[in-house]
Amino acid sequence: MQEDLAVQERKLRNLILIAGGLSVFVLAPMAFGLSEAYRGNIYQVGVLKPIDSVLRVKASDRAPDFTLSSVSGEKVSLSQFRGKKNVVLSFVPAAWTPVCSDQWPGYNIAKDIFSRYDAILLGVTVDNIPTLFAWTNQMGQLWFPVLSDFWPHGAVAKRYGVLRSNGVSERALFVIDKAGIIRYIDVHDINKRPPLEDLMGALEKLK
Amino acid sequence: MKSISIPFAVTALLISTIVLPALAANKPPQKGEGLPVINLPVPKDPEERNYLGLSGIGLFKIPQIKAKTVIVEFFSMYCPICQKDAPGVNELYRLIEKNPDIKNKVKLIGIGAGNSPYEVGVYKKTYDVPFPLFPDKDFEIHQACGEVRTPYYMVVKMNEDGTHQIVHSQLGDYPGAEKFLELILNVSGLK
Repeated sequence: MQEDLAVQERKLRNLILIAGGLSVFVLAPMAFGLSEAYRGNIYQVGVLKPIDSVLRVKASDRAPDFTLSSVSGEKVSLSQFRGKKNVVLSFVPAAWTPVCSDQWPGYNIAKDIFSRYDAILLGVTVDNIPTLFAWTNQMGQLWFPVLSDFWPHGAVAKRYGVLRSNGVSERALFVIDKAGIIRYIDVHDINKRPPLEDLMGALEKLK
Repeated sequence: MKSISIPFAVTALLISTIVLPALAANKPPQKGEGLPVINLPVPKDPEERNYLGLSGIGLFKIPQIKAKTVIVEFFSMYCPICQKDAPGVNELYRLIEKNPDIKNKVKLIGIGAGNSPYEVGVYKKTYDVPFPLFPDKDFEIHQACGEVRTPYYMVVKMNEDGTHQIVHSQLGDYPGAEKFLELILNVSGLK
């Protein structure tokens, strides 16, 4: 009887150990570099399929135009920058998720570098405006427009071929020159943040 | 009974072999413990080398820094709170440097969790950070230190016998340069 109990206890211990061990693998990679700014408000998505869509544009194509509402209220069209600014389109998958929450705040302190390349940044997600408002408020004052591709849901992401099968977008960067031509595309592994130097290298080539 | 328990024991052994190192690194080093082994490149900038009391090239470990106490900040250029606190941490450096009693005893370094050298450079330039910052592009150091969220501060005391121990650590909640310096001096016995 005592031996029975001991075995049961051992089984339980083993189960706890296995469950604990597995949870480390599931959760740990998502904690990478996460800022304390969001405290308990980040939803852990786990490790996702790196890319889950097929591009519908390529470098040297004319960038499909779009008009989207921004968090600050005005509508923003890609075509309004034609002949004036290079454009970096930064799609991130979703508000309140781990890597995304740590991407735009970095761009927010790199305004001078974007300016050096005469570039404007447009941040896009498929979230609605109230969600984007609450989320981006945690990042401090952003210098670039944040656009909502919520309705028709993910239409712009779909047009560019970066809408994933579950309705969020890829973590994707498009560099569009002043003539409106796509010059660089990085559909990044959704689980990782694209290094800033890769994007700046692409802007450097526009000079 | 034994035949039932053996597979479990084997599984447990296997799992613990694979998982325990990860578990150990999943927890930040605690007060009273030593630092995990962290290899950092000796700074190329002679002023930074001089500040840390290092010479030559190659790698060094934090306890090799010539100081009684080393403050290690885990930051990221992508972290809004690190950005907000950056001027206050710079002020801490300046308070230490202008006080002749502690100038050569307390040193400050930053480790950019998941930040490439370029990204650390952007952070350093944006906030004009006067103390040495080190990139940790692949999160190796960050993983070894329990994947702490940022900003995370560790105060490390160097003992006379060459050993060292963490005497304080905190996640965020930067109280301002003066208060933090007072805390550092208290916990490291320099006051």
